[in-house]
Amino acid sequence: MILSMKNIQKSFDGLGVLRDISFQVDKGEVVSVIGPSGSGKSTLLRCATFLEQIDSGEIRYMDIPAVTTDASGRGHYVSPAELRQIKRYYGLVFQQFNLFPHYTVLRNLMEAPVVVQKRDKEEVRAEAMELLRKMGLQDRGDAYPYQLSGGQQQRVAIARALAMNPSILFFDEPTSALDPELTGEVLKVIRQLAEEHMTMVIVTHEMAFARAVSDRVIFMADGVIVEEGDPEAVLGDPSQARTRQFLKNYQR
Amino acid sequence: MSLTVMILKMSQGLGRTCAIFFLTLLFSLPLGMLVALLRMSKNRLVSLLTRAVISVLRGTPLMLQLLAVTYGPYYLFHWSISRNKLIPVVIAFAINYAAYFAEIYRGGIESIPVGQYEAAEVLGFTRGQTFFRIILPQVIKRILPSITNEIVTLVKDTSMAFTVSYQEMFTIGKEIANSQTSFLPFVVAGVFYFIFNGVVDYGMGALEKRLNYYR
Repeated sequence: MILSMKNIQKSFDGLGVLRDISFQVDKGEVVSVIGPSGSGKSTLLRCATFLEQIDSGEIRYMDIPAVTTDASGRGHYVSPAELRQIKRYYGLVFQQFNLFPHYTVLRNLMEAPVVVQKRDKEEVRAEAMELLRKMGLQDRGDAYPYQLSGGQQQRVAIARALAMNPSILFFDEPTSALDPELTGEVLKVIRQLAEEHMTMVIVTHEMAFARAVSDRVIFMADGVIVEEGDPEAVLGDPSQARTRQFLKNYQR
Repeated sequence: MSLTVMILKMSQGLGRTCAIFFLTLLFSLPLGMLVALLRMSKNRLVSLLTRAVISVLRGTPLMLQLLAVTYGPYYLFHWSISRNKLIPVVIAFAINYAAYFAEIYRGGIESIPVGQYEAAEVLGFTRGQTFFRIILPQVIKRILPSITNEIVTLVKDTSMAFTVSYQEMFTIGKEIANSQTSFLPFVVAGVFYFIFNGVVDYGMGALEKRLNYYR
């Protein structure tokens, strides 16, 4: 098991955004999280990547606890040093890419492995070039982010996350900021990663894609997991009324 | 007194004018960053105190601050007035300009999208690495035009050292003007400042161009 989240509670100003969420991700699994906006799916990713703090619950990576909850129900994070160790296990691809605009594409990929992981520069460069090749961007290494299309930028962002050799990769609506004609190239890259059995959790609005690429689909609404399971079952023949309503609205 | 003599005499003060200018930049640019960071501190007391200091420095005349730093120690503690006036002059200028730079830095830092911090955090950069490698380079590019503005003002503000009779170019010019009852020294001073700022403009423009490689 790579990630396990148990009984996660998170509220903003007294409003419950995540209400007792539990789920886990096994090695090689591709999990899609769908649901209406405001359902808490992005918050779930942000909590899993420690960009937001949970109120209570338990988060473990590779069975190493990052957050535990005591008997009084208060969540406790491990020390920053321990958290930094745990951060090696995951990567996150943002909706808005968040590339570093002052670095070239290649340096965007290399900076963290060299500076944070203190790996050999030449070795990292070779790996980064290989990743760019995989993303179909082998000739854009010297370009700056502003010179790339949105789809290309998002592929660089995926490569940047992969350059850290994470055990699990999170995607927060990776195609939502893209023009419709550019989503295909990004989805293709993610699909390719799925075929290589990269462990991934994808928050997305692309239903057809989720159905095609996922091993499991989670439908969230109002801060709870309403339904989860095989993509054909959840998306094709949902058992919950809330899921049916969402999918019906979605198809319109 | 011929114009040539006038120019020669005033030129002797140019070294001191440049000393005020460069020393002020040397101290106020980094000091401003420190002040900006204190101003943005999560500690409310530190932030509020810094804010108060900035507002006093920006809300009172630089001339007054020059007088206060130069003669204040004498009136308050009966310390002798330092013989080298460059020291109090640079202290007053550096502190005053640091207040302005601090606000420019703060504006620049706060204009960087939060996504940059989040991307850096997820990649495992420490806070220091994030600031120096990711945030600061982008801040510098954004604030350069405002910094140029301040530097241009500083060139002209050096003339204010005349209030404490520090013998820089303008002070010499003013003395000549008084003794010769002539306006000409002021014209010469104006031309000097204008040329100085032409150089500043050119230099800063070149720097801006160098940072134009990304958007």
